[in-house]
Amino acid sequence: MAKVPVQFTLNGAEKAEFVDSGTTLLHALRDKIGDTSPKGGCHQGTCGACSVIIDGELRLSCLTLAETCNGATITTTSGLSEGGVLHPLQRAFLDAFATQCGFCTPGMIMAARVLLDHTPNPSRDEVVEALSGNICRCTGYEPIIQAVLTAARSNSQHAA
Amino acid sequence: MELRKNYFADQRKDDLHEIGQPRPRSDSPGHVTGKTAYFADRNFPGMLHLKMVRSPHHHARIRSIDTSEAEKHPGVVKILTAKDVPHNVYTILILIQIGPEDETVLADGKVRWKGEAVVAVLAESERAAQEAAAKVKVDYEVLPAVFDMEEALKPGAPIVNEYHGQNHYLYDSGECRKVRFGDVEAGFASADHVLEQSYQSSPIEHAPTETTGCVVAPEGNDRFTCYTNTQAMFFTLDNTSIILQMPGSKLHFVGGTVGGGFGGKVDVIVEPIAILGAKLTGRPVCFVYSREEEMQISSPRAAEKVVIKDGVMKDGRIVARKVTGYTDAGAYSRHSPYGAQKGAGHYPGPYTIPNVWIDTYCVYTNRTPSSAMRGFGVTIGDFALEVQMDKLARLIGLDPLEFRFINAYRDGDMKAHRQPTEGAALIECMQEASRAANWPVAEKYLAMSSYAKGA
Repeated sequence: MAKVPVQFTLNGAEKAEFVDSGTTLLHALRDKIGDTSPKGGCHQGTCGACSVIIDGELRLSCLTLAETCNGATITTTSGLSEGGVLHPLQRAFLDAFATQCGFCTPGMIMAARVLLDHTPNPSRDEVVEALSGNICRCTGYEPIIQAVLTAARSNSQHAA
Repeated sequence: MELRKNYFADQRKDDLHEIGQPRPRSDSPGHVTGKTAYFADRNFPGMLHLKMVRSPHHHARIRSIDTSEAEKHPGVVKILTAKDVPHNVYTILILIQIGPEDETVLADGKVRWKGEAVVAVLAESERAAQEAAAKVKVDYEVLPAVFDMEEALKPGAPIVNEYHGQNHYLYDSGECRKVRFGDVEAGFASADHVLEQSYQSSPIEHAPTETTGCVVAPEGNDRFTCYTNTQAMFFTLDNTSIILQMPGSKLHFVGGTVGGGFGGKVDVIVEPIAILGAKLTGRPVCFVYSREEEMQISSPRAAEKVVIKDGVMKDGRIVARKVTGYTDAGAYSRHSPYGAQKGAGHYPGPYTIPNVWIDTYCVYTNRTPSSAMRGFGVTIGDFALEVQMDKLARLIGLDPLEFRFINAYRDGDMKAHRQPTEGAALIECMQEASRAANWPVAEKYLAMSSYAKGA
């Protein structure tokens, strides 16, 4: 099968791969490039574990074809901390006991990141809405919501 | 949160200073940075993908299996059937002497539930394995199936599992687990009211976000490393050793990182066949359930039926309880004989009842095998018991919470299974619940204690 060239920026670094046409971005990231922070939970766009940020927008990488990402800027949870310092969201999830099995965590953090980029001081309802596409089967939603609100507060204090 | 440290202070050495305080989890830094390695995060060059051909029938004899077309499919490396599995008939709890072995790794001559694994296909890609699996031809003779536990227990019902010979597990106590305490019929005869009710539940799927699976790598020294999300590492290792007739020293299991389990990952399902595939091909193998398989194939919580008959006095005392519990194991035992046994010990609930009769059955039907899930064997029972308690309270016109105070077990009370009650805290919990929920009860109940009757 003829391969398709794909080139994009992943967490600030240039990446180029040849993939089979029809390869999902999730498969390309995990199995070709080796960034396993997006998780495959359902492969049908319902659980949110594969969430990544493409050109500033939250996307499900299991429903995104790799070949449509040419020239895109992609962020995953593994690229969130800088210089070994945790991003405020990561710090808040860690401190607020907002992880249990951890499988949904990278997707949750991606969804929260996009929310805070667009809405720096969200209401609780806005946080719930922003996370509504991400399933946590350990049902630790309350600490996750609190973590996002805490991160928003620490961001605004930092800015002030 | 308000923490009342005055309760049972003399029975405690610590001062509960950890309660209500956030404490960092050791695995959380990995989770928030995406660095935690789940089994599927391991990738090996040349890794094969395993897909199962599954039974489309609930109960059928297998006349023949034809893999010739599938073998020709591009990318197919190996196809496994029952004859390739060294010890194909197993049961998980044989490790604690709960037999007989009653389940096949790959179906041999017969399938007993819709979705049962029949043929394993190993191929260069997931897609090739899936396509080749669709080309395997299995000729089935469909047999009558039974899906209802009470139907399964009737004479003349189709026999689901020949390794048992009848549609229930045979305990050393006979066809069911039994608890006999006092004289239940005399209790009913003396009761002011008798209430018999039936309760039942459907199977419940755990639906973890990470589906069941494993990745196996042959190590070159005749050993195999199995990266797995099992919740039962050593049960799985030991059962794999039996199934593959391979010393445990050849098996290295790496796990403990599970993307949600809730009891749904304690069966021994993916590891033995994946390791066999790696052994026979000499290549790494990945076997991971699709979401559809996780929902349809992985074992759910058992369906249960509970029939409770209680004799109660006008003053609120329960004087007799008779319970018949049915646990739907599906086609194979897995953990269900143990679940049904737990129910037998549990059905009196946290109440002191002088006359108790309990029978619990582990029943085989042509449904997806059930197994462990959070408190299996007692969770559905608790639902039934507490609904029954509310009905009894209404029947005699008592407040449901006060009714529970009247019957609550206390330290020193003999339980129906002959274990004296120790460390009961039900009364104190209900006292606090009464205050927290603003559900007032009479002062005499707030003066009660678990320590002694009349206190």
